Order: sequence, then C-alpha cells, then structure tokens
Amino acid sequence: MSRYFLALAPILMLAACSPPGGDSDARVAPNKDPFPSTYRALPSETLLIKGATIYTGDGGKIENGDLLIRDGKIAEFGQGLALPAGASEIDASGKWLTPGIIDTHSHLGVYASPSVKPQSDGNEATAPVTAEVWAEHSVNPKDPGFAKALAGGVTSMQILPGSANLIGGRSVTLKNVPSRTMQGMKFPGAPYGLKMACGENPKRVYGEGLHVAPSTAMGNVAGYRAAWIEAEEYNRLWQEYLDGESEEKPGRDLGLETLAGVLNGEILVHNHCYRADEMAVMLDIAKEFGYKITSFHHAIEAYKIADLLAESGTCASMWADWWGFKIEAYDGVRENIALVDKAGACAIVHSDSSTGIQRLNQEAAKVIAAANRGGIPVTEEHAMRWLTENPARALGIIDQTGTLAVGKDADLVIWDGNPFSVYSRAENVFIDGALVYDRNDPARQPKSDFMLGILEIDGEIK
Amino acid sequence: MSYQGKYLLAVFVSLVLAPGILAAEVIAITGATVYTMTERGTLNDATVLVENGHIVAVGSGVQIPDGAERVEANGRIVTPGLFDAYSYFGVSEMGLVKETVDVFQTDERYTASFELADVINPRSTLIPINRIEGVTRAMVAPRAGFFQELSNSPILGLGSVIHLGSTEHFIVARNNALFVMLGETGARLAGGSRANALLLLREALQDARDYAANRQGFEEGRRRAYRLNRMDLDSLVAVLNGQRPIVATVDRASDIESVLRLANEFGIRLVINSGAEAWIVADKLADADVPVILDPLQNLPRRFESLGSTLQNAARLEKAGVTVAFSSGDSHNSRNMKQAAGVAVANGLSYETALRALTINPAEIFGLQATYGSVSVGAEADLVIWSGDPLEVSTFADFVMIRGKTIPMVSRSTLLFERYKDLDRPLPPAYTN
Repeated sequence: MSRYFLALAPILMLAACSPPGGDSDARVAPNKDPFPSTYRALPSETLLIKGATIYTGDGGKIENGDLLIRDGKIAEFGQGLALPAGASEIDASGKWLTPGIIDTHSHLGVYASPSVKPQSDGNEATAPVTAEVWAEHSVNPKDPGFAKALAGGVTSMQILPGSANLIGGRSVTLKNVPSRTMQGMKFPGAPYGLKMACGENPKRVYGEGLHVAPSTAMGNVAGYRAAWIEAEEYNRLWQEYLDGESEEKPGRDLGLETLAGVLNGEILVHNHCYRADEMAVMLDIAKEFGYKITSFHHAIEAYKIADLLAESGTCASMWADWWGFKIEAYDGVRENIALVDKAGACAIVHSDSSTGIQRLNQEAAKVIAAANRGGIPVTEEHAMRWLTENPARALGIIDQTGTLAVGKDADLVIWDGNPFSVYSRAENVFIDGALVYDRNDPARQPKSDFMLGILEIDGEIK
Repeated sequence: MSYQGKYLLAVFVSLVLAPGILAAEVIAITGATVYTMTERGTLNDATVLVENGHIVAVGSGVQIPDGAERVEANGRIVTPGLFDAYSYFGVSEMGLVKETVDVFQTDERYTASFELADVINPRSTLIPINRIEGVTRAMVAPRAGFFQELSNSPILGLGSVIHLGSTEHFIVARNNALFVMLGETGARLAGGSRANALLLLREALQDARDYAANRQGFEEGRRRAYRLNRMDLDSLVAVLNGQRPIVATVDRASDIESVLRLANEFGIRLVINSGAEAWIVADKLADADVPVILDPLQNLPRRFESLGSTLQNAARLEKAGVTVAFSSGDSHNSRNMKQAAGVAVANGLSYETALRALTINPAEIFGLQATYGSVSVGAEADLVIWSGDPLEVSTFADFVMIRGKTIPMVSRSTLLFERYKDLDRPLPPAYTN
C-alpha cells in the first residue's frame, strides 16, 4: 500500500506549508462519510394490513394478524387492530406478511446486466489486497436486477466486491429502491463491510493467473496478516495524533483507513470462505488482530464447525444447495443451514446470484424440508430468521429492519400465499412504508432505464 | 472348473436364489396417485406393476403376482423419473478442476464427430446426488467451453442420453443429437461474426451432402477437398438423413430465425436450446414444429442476446403450441429442475405441461417416448414416489426406481450429513461411516 504514500506526497508537502500552529486544535479524523446517503423514503400513507398470516422474522407467528404502518414505520401489530381515522386498509386474508428479505451477499450493480466487460466492476483484480476500493463506486443503479430482486421481496442487500482478492474492499448496504444515484439507495446509518476471501479464488487469480503471491493457502494467510500488521501501525499513528500524543499528522491511506475501521469495530468483516479448516484459521487471525468476523460467506462446510461459529458469534451466509463447482465446494449438504442454526449459530440464506436473490424464500423452504427429513425439526416461522433477522444482524441494521417491531422501518412483504411455496410470489413490497412494488399494478413496478425500448415485438417497441 | 461344473453351479444358484431373484425383479407400487403423462391422465389408488425393468400393468385391480415386492405409496404421487434435457453428467465433475472436465474440446481436427458417449463416467458423484431426488435420465451434451475456456468450433459434437441407475449399460441412446453453438458465443468461436458461424455450418452441411452422394469418389480421392474430415462428415450425414436433430444453443429472436431458415434450407430437424427470446418467435417455432429446451428461471438480460428473457417464456411457448423441455444448465443441481418448473407454473405455465417438460417432452425430442417418459405398459420403469406435489420446493423423492431397480437413497452428500449431524461424539468424525 506504500504507493498511496507516494501518491499523497505532494499533498503532504503542501500541508507542511500552512502556517505553523494554524490548525493545532483541529485534530480531526478524516471524514468517514464522504458519499453520504441521500435516500429519502418514497411517499407512504397510514395503512392497516388486515388478516394476514404473519411471520415476524424473529421466530414468531401470528395467525389472522394485522399490522399498522404510520409515517413509514411499524406503528403496531397483532390481532384485531382498529382502523385509524383516515387510514387505508389492505385485506390480506389468505396471504402472508413478513419483514422484507435481506440478502447479505449480492453483486447487483457491480456486475450489472448485461454482463458485458464495461459492466464488470466487481473485482479490482490488480492486487491481492485492495482494501482501498469501495463497492459503492461500482454500483450501477440501472442494473435491471434490482427490480427483479424487489419482485422477490428483497428490501435491503449488501453489495460486495468479488472474491478475487484476499481483501477486496468495502461493501455497501442498500435499500432496494429505484434511484438515479447510488447515494439515493444507501441504507441510512448502515455500517460499511469489508470483503475478504479465503481459498481458491485469490490463489487462482494471482498465483496461477499473474504468477505473484499468493499462490498457496499459506500465501493467503501471510497476505491477510501482513495487511493487518500495517493496519495496526497506521491505526496507532492516527490514534496518537488524534489523542495529542504526537504532533505529526499521519498521511492518509484509503486502504489502511478501511482496515483500521475494522480494528476499531466500525466496519464489519464479511469473509468468503468455503472450507471448515480455513474458517477456523480465519477465526484465529481475527483473534490475533482483535477484530471480529461478522459473517462467513458461502461456508459450504459451515456444518462441520457449527460449534466454532456459535462460540465466536460469527454468522454464516450460505446457499441452500449449491455445491461441487470446485473442490472447496465439494462437501455440500442440503442440511448445512439448518445444522448451523441448530448449533446456536447465526444462519443466513444468501444468494450471490442475480437469479437466486429473486427466490431466497424458496431456498429457505428447501432447507426446511431437508432438515425436517433429516431429523432436525425446523418451523417456517423460525426459518424466517435466516432471511430477515439474521442478515439484518450481520449487516448491522437490526435496529432499523429485519424483524417486526414497533418503531422499525416498515420494510414488509405481502405474499400471495405461503412464502415457502414454489407457487407463491411477493404481491406487495413496502420499503419504509411506501409501496414500492405491486404485482397487480404495472405502474408500481419499477423498470430500469436500460429496459426501455430494447425490444420490438410484433411491430411495437417495448 | 469344468464347463459342466459351471453349469451345475449355475443351476444350483438359480434354484436356491430363484424366489429372491423373482422378488427383486417383480415390484408392485400400490395405492399410488399416478401421473401417467398419457391420455389416461391421473389414476388414483392405482398399482404400477414392474417386471424385469419394465412396466407391465398400470391401474386399479391389477393382479399382483405372489412373491412380488410391494411398495406402498399410501396415496402419494408417482411420476416417471425426471429428465434433464441438457446436462454434463459424467463429463464434468468440477468445472474448476480441469482434469475432470471432458465436456468440451479444443482440438482443431474434430467437430461434429466429437462424441461423449465413450467417456461418460457413470460413477460420477453428481449422479447419486441427483437421482435420489428423482432425476433418472439426462442428455449428456457437449458444451462450447466451461468457465473461461472455449471450444474450437461452434459445431460442438454429439450428445447421448443416459439413465442414472447403473454403472453398466447406462447409455440409452447413443449420439442421438448434434449440438451447435450460435449467437454471441458461436460468433466468437467461428471467427468473430454470427455470419461466420452460419457460414461454417452451411458449408459443413453442403460438404456432408456432397460426401453422402459421392462416398465412392471420396474414398478414391476424386472429390474436392472438404474442410471437415471423414468422421465429422459422417456425423453430419446422419443429421441430413434425419437420424438425429441439431440442437442449437441460441437465445436472440433473430438468431433463432436465422437457424430456423438454415434448418429449413437443409430439411433437417432442429431443437432450440436456451432460447431466452424464443417466446418472441413462438409462432414460427410452432409452425416449424421446433421444440425448445429452456431454463425457466432465466429472466435477466444478462447478455445482449437475451434482452427479452422472461419468467413467462415457457408459458408463452406453450400457448403458441411449442413443445418445451427443461434443463437446469447446472447438472450438479439437476434436482432443482422441478423447482424451476414450479416457478414456470407460478408464471402461467400449465401444471400438466410443466410435468411433461420434465418427462415425456424431452423423451419425444430425443426419440425415446416409446420407452421412457410415461407410466404406461411397455415403458421402462423409471418411477418416483414423491412426498407431496413433485413441483413443490418442500417435496422430496421418497422412493426412486430406475429401469426397475430400486435406488438406495444414499449419496456422498447424505454420507457427509450422517457423519457431521452430531458433532458431539467421542471420536473425530473421520471414524463415522
């Protein structure tokens, strides 16, 4: 990362020219939010949803349940709520109501459709440690995949850099609303994440592809540790400066600033890792440098170390049944998510796919069925936690969304049937109380600019 | 041992084991709700009697022979085993482990004659993992590449249909389709333009036609030089004769129209694979009686050739009268084809066609409908008892039979689960199963 010091050298020299003592009181850390969210909730009304089967997202179930949305928040929920004066009402009898689904692992926007080279913005695969890049600067809000995910009931998601690098850069958490800008989608108050990757991918891209380190698993580990050692030092210099123990203002390094953010607990680590033994090593590295791994991702072998995950309070974001496309993914079992859950660890269904994100509810349904068949009893209302509560925890947005609770954002889905059925579809999706998707009203179905006028069917431009 | 000795031993074995052999060979599934996939529709409380690998009776009031093994369905649904119409079973264990990948080739010398039949590995771990969830047949087809690597030609080679029930005699129909890649990838393989790919295909078919009419002259060196070698030409002659269709992987509506014209020009049978925009030209496909193999989940404009991708593709093709069959594309999870079929139903496809697209339709496309794809007398006994609605995500196969053989419900995946489902054991997991 020393190249940043070089790049910044002229700026530092300029800074040295300012009058001595002129800003001695202004010992401020660099701006932590230079690309602030401009998200504003879309217009909503006071709305009573009546008579639904409610899965609360934290394991609860309410038959014939009602929920009141007011000012974009969940104002009340339970049974037999009265319709406030001036409020609208939706009859949801025979339907299901759940919190909006949250995906901890998406590349929407950074690998936008169509997947042509100029839109392949997810991996800064030019160096194995690129903590300095931010996924949000690759997010193309025109990706038609956002609207498809919305039709699948996804209200928030984390957009991650890819897994080519040991340390791939910052993630960003978005509200799934159509917007002209990335900032207009940024989830207000959501912490940043840091993408790390174990295993085959960094070795393939660098060792095999470019003949530079890392080329082995041990090379991977050396790479992470070297980065954290640098980050510790950087953190110390800044801390000393801010605490007045040192007069010299350290130079800024975008990469180390992000890593320091992890060490200070401000940025959450999301670690792509398939194999159980590699996850155990990553947990030790986290201990060595005093940070926490918030969630492993993919974690095909999480079931083999479910106890370690529970002990360390680390989530696992997993597929229901992907397996076998490479040797580190060879040991997939259908019960993985349920076994992690049973061990008391935080289990999450994730997508890593612009197709899979549209049906995370069905992915959970397959796990429920496999688990029950394998002698691990799981109820649907409990499994809902894998889709809403646990991902909200892993993204640091549990105080705002992820479960039904009075005062939380009204991020909700009304399903036209049991969400764990292949035949059910999201009928209405609300974000902050605003109806952002209505299956029965084309005027409430967002459509990307890209999709306009690209098809001519029977003489009509669509 | 003398010949006589062997003969006597054989008699002895057959006498002693005869009842056991009979029990193994005659199986009656009783009390079933049978989705026959024939004009008989759904039969309730029916018996399916299987003898020597074939279905010999279906219906109520079927006489069950003494000694037959009985499998009680208790009202559960029975369907034919599912058919993946475009798979890589046995020719790619792991896409990123090249040593296991035989599904494409880069040798300049061969194209149309590249055949997978002799190298399919019936012991692939993908097979048990998918068959215990009801997939019993698959077209094993060559591809245009895997991950970053690409094949040498848009003419990919020959596919064969296998059953997933045995490591012996698993090829059901050998080399019964020729696969070609058109559209964006085909253009790349052929020299840059879609026109190159069509030109290459047209030239190959013209040469094959000339070769077929002048074999003697060819052997004697009296014909002009063909770009393709003898083996490739032989493969194409079978296409010209109508013995096997061309399966063209193609998505864009105009690319489908191009290959329809080519097929018409040469009078060859055509099947469209992938077909993201097939619905846009559904009427033309129906008129030409060209079926479409598709993944019902494809609904994003991932490429400029698939801008019209929609979850309603299958439903719209059905409405126009086009035969559809399904493939997951990902053979590691062929078991998820039924989920995709369910999604197609949620998006307008009839339930009946969804089931047909997983069974009898691919059988018809590959000329196997007489022996597979329906629960009817004379068909080979690929049968699945489902725990519920076969298209529902919460449903699993409870019982699977392939060609009359009951499949043990064991795979690498079930063994891993058994080993690790309880971490609290005195010895490390390596000592469990």
